[in-house]
This record gives sequence, structure tokens and C-alpha cells, in this order.
Amino acid sequence: MQNPYLPYPVRIDKITNATEDKSLKTYKFVFLDPDDERKFAYKAGQFAELSVTGKGEIPIGIASSPTEKGYVTFTVNRVGLVSSYLHTMKEGDIMGLRGPMGNSYPWDALEGKNVVIIGGGFAFTTLRSSIVYMLDPANRSKFKDIHVVYGARSPGMLLYRDELTKWEERDDINMHITVDGTDDPDWKYNVGFVPTITEQKAPAGNDDTYAIICGPPVMIKFTQPVLDKLGYTHDRIIMSLENRMKCGIGMCGRCNIGKEFVCKDGPVFTLSQLNETPREY
Amino acid sequence: MKVIKIDKQDFTSGIEKLADSYRLFGPVKEKESYAFQKLEKGQLPDFNFKNTRLSIKSVINPQSEVMFEYSLDEKQTDHHVMKEAKKDYSPRAIFGVRPCDGKSMVLVKPNFDTLEYKDNYWLDSYNCTTFVGLACNDPCSTCFCTSAGSGPFDETGLDVLLIDMDDYYIAKAVTSKGEALLSAASWDTAGTLDDVEDKKSKAEKKIKTSVSIDNIKDRSINEIHQASFWEDIAFSCINCGTCTYVCPTCWCFDIQDENSGKSGVRMRNWDSCMFPLFTMHGTGHNPRGEKTQRVRQRFMHKLKYYLDKYDQGIQCVGCGRCIQSCPVNIDIRRVCNIMNDYNYE
Ligand SMILES: Cc1cc2nc3c(=O)[nH]c(=O)nc-3n(C[C@H](O)[C@H](O)[C@H](O)COP(=O)(O)OP(=O)(O)OC[C@H]3O[C@@H](n4cnc5c(N)ncnc54)[C@H](O)[C@@H]3O)c2cc1C
Ligand code: SF4
Ligand code: SF4
Ligand code: FES
Repeated sequence: MQNPYLPYPVRIDKITNATEDKSLKTYKFVFLDPDDERKFAYKAGQFAELSVTGKGEIPIGIASSPTEKGYVTFTVNRVGLVSSYLHTMKEGDIMGLRGPMGNSYPWDALEGKNVVIIGGGFAFTTLRSSIVYMLDPANRSKFKDIHVVYGARSPGMLLYRDELTKWEERDDINMHITVDGTDDPDWKYNVGFVPTITEQKAPAGNDDTYAIICGPPVMIKFTQPVLDKLGYTHDRIIMSLENRMKCGIGMCGRCNIGKEFVCKDGPVFTLSQLNETPREY
Repeated sequence: MKVIKIDKQDFTSGIEKLADSYRLFGPVKEKESYAFQKLEKGQLPDFNFKNTRLSIKSVINPQSEVMFEYSLDEKQTDHHVMKEAKKDYSPRAIFGVRPCDGKSMVLVKPNFDTLEYKDNYWLDSYNCTTFVGLACNDPCSTCFCTSAGSGPFDETGLDVLLIDMDDYYIAKAVTSKGEALLSAASWDTAGTLDDVEDKKSKAEKKIKTSVSIDNIKDRSINEIHQASFWEDIAFSCINCGTCTYVCPTCWCFDIQDENSGKSGVRMRNWDSCMFPLFTMHGTGHNPRGEKTQRVRQRFMHKLKYYLDKYDQGIQCVGCGRCIQSCPVNIDIRRVCNIMNDYNYE
């Protein structure tokens, strides 16, 4: 019987600061056994348990895209025990990776549709994975228009800035980057909160258009009415939840919302599905 | 399946024989209460108990269990790599399993044995075990198994059911695993079930309390979740978690790394939805930060989420342990009936 709690051993290949305040770092991992990379086949929107030996495990969304081969990346916020320790680790250190876990964004349903991605703050990791995946030459034709509204407090707090700039220059993706405020005179993108920019820039909702929202609770709270106004039905609004987790495979019991486990039945749900469950997230 | 008659002196010699091929476990008296323990050579299970304080969960899914071992010493090859801990999954028999505990295994299994993942710790432990039940001739006042999908003579989840007929036991094999145990003990005198029916109906009649779930079944999760009775139910709860620890069907656990010097183990430990830390995010946000939300989670899980998810009744076998152990007398029978009888609009 395969042990679902046994992590694959990985080496930290590269660590980069992801935000100007250094509260987030991006980790690139390489599997010690190349065979494990094949077993770790994942889809955009899934997550994994990063296993820091001697400290514990934390569930983190996969930031790399399935189209990027030879490594996996994660962007980790410094919060508590495990993530703080991870921030002190060095390139070359050995740790573990368990997954992939969760259900991913509904790629079958999204095919042939317009996709509107709305992200705020740190919750842009699996959205980055999704964008890279959709923009891959082998996949781009499977989707209609792609819109991205992404906001952070200040320009230096936006994740993956180099990539955002490159995407801005392309004509097969509509980028709407925004910051809450900035004193940078060279800032050439939007200023304003995500809900406001969404209202101004996002296309109207229809049967052919899905919105994926990830962000802090306040952002979600104020974006949802905007989407309602734009005509998005709740089965076309997709969200990814972040309940506290341990096992990641639906067994330890802590991440439930009603009868669903966020780790296994989610973390991705449509708003219509969430309307049917107690809001314990 | 075989029905065997075991004279009480043959019971002792059979147990001695079984010790050659099984690790034997059974109820043992500990101060005021009984606990399942490994039986030493020559030790007999003590059947003078009503029910044990902790269920057989304490044997199948121990409160603390090592999952992996690791070294943090960079001089070692394979440092920081998790190694599976060695386990003994040789055949084991648990004697004195009350029917409610037997049934609990059937309710818990689908959590650990899923299409996508198999929890090897739970399943290996479960699969190596032969469950030897002991029918309840004399249930407690807190028992309500007959309305919770079980009963004092229920065989579900057991491999053998023993019935104490005063001068002798009747052993009813329920599975081939159970037949194998009876043969290994050389218990081979054919018996009959003639007098068992009478014992059974007498025992069932002694159970005076019950729960109903018809209405709970028909209501939506959100309707029950949002009903107005939860504050009242939770009022006196001190969130001690005792109810979930003594519960045979509660399965929640935590995973922790424990270091000592340059090595350590990854363990799993029982956890409880009664504790605020169970759901607290690193940021301090807590989806069930209030006591009432946690009490509601426990009862909603047992009496509604489970019911809807698995379609095999409620996640409760009516053993009554939580009722006996709760320091503030919160009674699941009362809560279940409040949930069922409430006038939902
Ligand atoms: C599906 C999913 C995707 C996530 N993706 C990311 C990401 O891409 N980047 C990122 O920085 N963070 C992400 N998080 C949040 C991240 O898991 C927590 O910040 C992290 O677990 C905190 O752990 P800690 O040990 O530092 O904190 P502590 O407070 O010391 O937490 C102790 C333990 O509790 C659990 N825990 C605590 N908070 C959370 C939480 N919010 N979610 C889940 N488990 C928790 C973990 O097992 C953790 O080890 C994600 C969470 C989920 C559920
Ligand atoms: S009642 Fe609570 S502790 Fe028991 S299984 Fe359900 S969530 Fe876990
Ligand atoms: S045993 Fe009683 S007081 Fe303790 S958590 Fe359970 S219901 Fe609350
Ligand atoms: S994290 Fe264990 S059940 Fe979801």
C-alpha cells in the first residue's frame, strides 16, 4: 500500500525574494528522484504540502505551471512556525513535497470560454500557474479572451513583477494591474482597489465567461457585488479557499465546510457550490 | 457460519492457545474504569465491564502514533528524508469488543479507505485485527444503540460475537476470519442459537432512550446550521474535547514533528473540532473561532454531514460514552432530538 503521507524528497534549487518587504519568497524545488517529478503531475489550481523536516508541513498553492518542466515553484508568505523556518533555509537544503492535492481550476469547463482572473495580494500563486498554462502556445487557442485584474498595496508588493510586465506587452491577454496607492512617478498602470478596477475593466458576464477570484476576504467581499452587477451568475464565479490543513487528503478532519473537505473536494469551488455550504472559511 | 459452544474453562485454555498466533488485546480494569490493553501471557480479558472508557479506537488508531523517522544530521546520508517507521502488523485479536464499537469500525472506515487515498496506518492496523465481540446482556442507562443503527447484539463489524450464557459462551462466527480464530483456539463444540434470541430481546428492551433523525435527513445542511438552537446547546460546554476523544467514531488527528537532538519523528495525535486551534489559520483568522461554532460542528458532523455524505446513517453508534464523560452533561440524545423536532420554516 502506498503511504499517502510520505513526501517526495526535494532540494531547494533557488530562492528569490518575491516582494520588496521580503515577507514572501519564491522557492524552486527539484526532485531528488527524477521519477518523482513524473508522479507529481499536476494541474493549475492544485496545491501541495511542503514538508520541512523537523518542523512540519504547510499547504501551499503550486505557482509553477504544468507546462514548466524540471522543477516546481511555490511562493511562501512568512507567517508562523513552518513558513518562518522555511524563510531561513538555504539553496541546496533538502526537504519534502507531498501532493499534488485538491481539485484544480475546472479546465474542462473553461475550455472555449473567456477567462477573467481577479487576484489580490499574495493570493496570486495558482493564478500565475493558470496564466502561464493558458498562454502556453499549445494551449492559448483553447481559450477565448483572457483578462487579468491583479492588485497589491504598492508596486513592490506585486508578485512576479517581471512576468506581469511581459504579459502587459502581449496582445493575447488583457492585463489590468493595479495598486492601492504609489508615489512612484513612473507607475504607468492603474491605481485603485481591485473591486473598482474590476468594475471598470472586466467584461460583462455571460454564458461564455468565467471569473476566477482569489484574494483576501475583504477583496472578495467587495468584488462579489461587482460581479453580480456585471451579470456573472454564481456558477460562473470560481473561488479557491484556504482553510487550515494538515493531511491534505480528506482524513484529518479539520478543513471541512459542511460535508465537503476543502483539501480534497476543493480548494476550488464555484460560488453556487459555496452558497449551499456553511460559510466556515 | 459456525455457532460454537464454549465452556468457561475451555475459554481460558483457548485464549492460551491463541496467544501463540495472535497478539491479544482485551478490557483490563484500570482504577475506576476499563481500558483495552495488550494482554500479557496468561492474562485473561476481564469481562466484568459494562463498557470501556475509551473505545477500541485506542487500539486501532492509537492516540499518538509515529509515522516517520528522520535525521537532521547533515553528516548522515539521507538526512532530512522521511523514513517509514517500523510497525508490527502481525495478526491481532481484540476480545470484549462491544457491538457498538464493532459497528464504529464500519462507520469510520470510509474516512480512511477512499477511492483516491488509502490511510495505510489505519487500514493496516484494522486489517490485521480479528474483532471478537461481546454481546451486551446488560446495557447502561446512557445506551441508545438500537436507534443509532446498532444494538446490544449487533454483529456488524465483528468477526465473532460472543454471548455470555452464564455457564458458557455461545460464539457466533460472523466472518471467515472469525472462524479461523475459533479453530485456532480449538473451540469446536457445536452450539445453537436457540436461547440467544430471548437474551437479545431482553437486552434490547432494557434500552429506554432513543434518537430520531427522519426530519434531519430531509432538511438542508444550511437550514439546520442556521437554526436558532445552537447557542443554547453550546452554552455550558467548556470545549474540553472529552466527548470527541471517548467517541469511537471520531477520527480527527493532527500531525506534528518531534525532535530530540539531531533526529526526530513525525507523529499523528488525536485532535478535536472542539479546540480553537483545530481550524485557526496562521494569520489568526479562525472560521470556527466561537465555542458555539465548534459545538455545532461536532453535532452537525455526526448527525448531518456524515448522514448526507455516506448514506449509511449517522456517525454515532449510541454507546453513550460522551454522555457519561461530559463534565457539564451535554447529551447527544437531547441535541439530536432538538435538531430533529425543530420547527424549520
Ligand atoms: C490550499 C491552500 C493554498 C495556500 N497557498 C499558499 C501560498 O501559495 N502561499 C502562502 O504563503 N500561503 C498559502 N497558504 C496558506 C499557508 O498554508 C499558511 O500560511 C501556512 O500553513 C502557515 O503555516 P505556519 O506553520 O507558518 O503557521 P502556524 O500558525 O505556525 O501554523 C501551524 C500549522 O497550521 C496549519 N495552518 C496554519 N495556517 C494555515 C492556513 N492559512 N491554511 C492552511 N493551513 C494552515 C499548517 O499546517 C501549519 O503548519 C495556502 C493555504 C491553503 C489551504
Ligand atoms: S465530531 Fe469533530 S472530532 Fe469528531 S470526527 Fe467530527 S470533526 Fe472530528
Ligand atoms: S465533553 Fe461536554 S464540555 Fe467537553 S467539549 Fe464535549 S460537550 Fe463540551
Ligand atoms: S486537511 Fe485533513 S481533512 Fe483536509
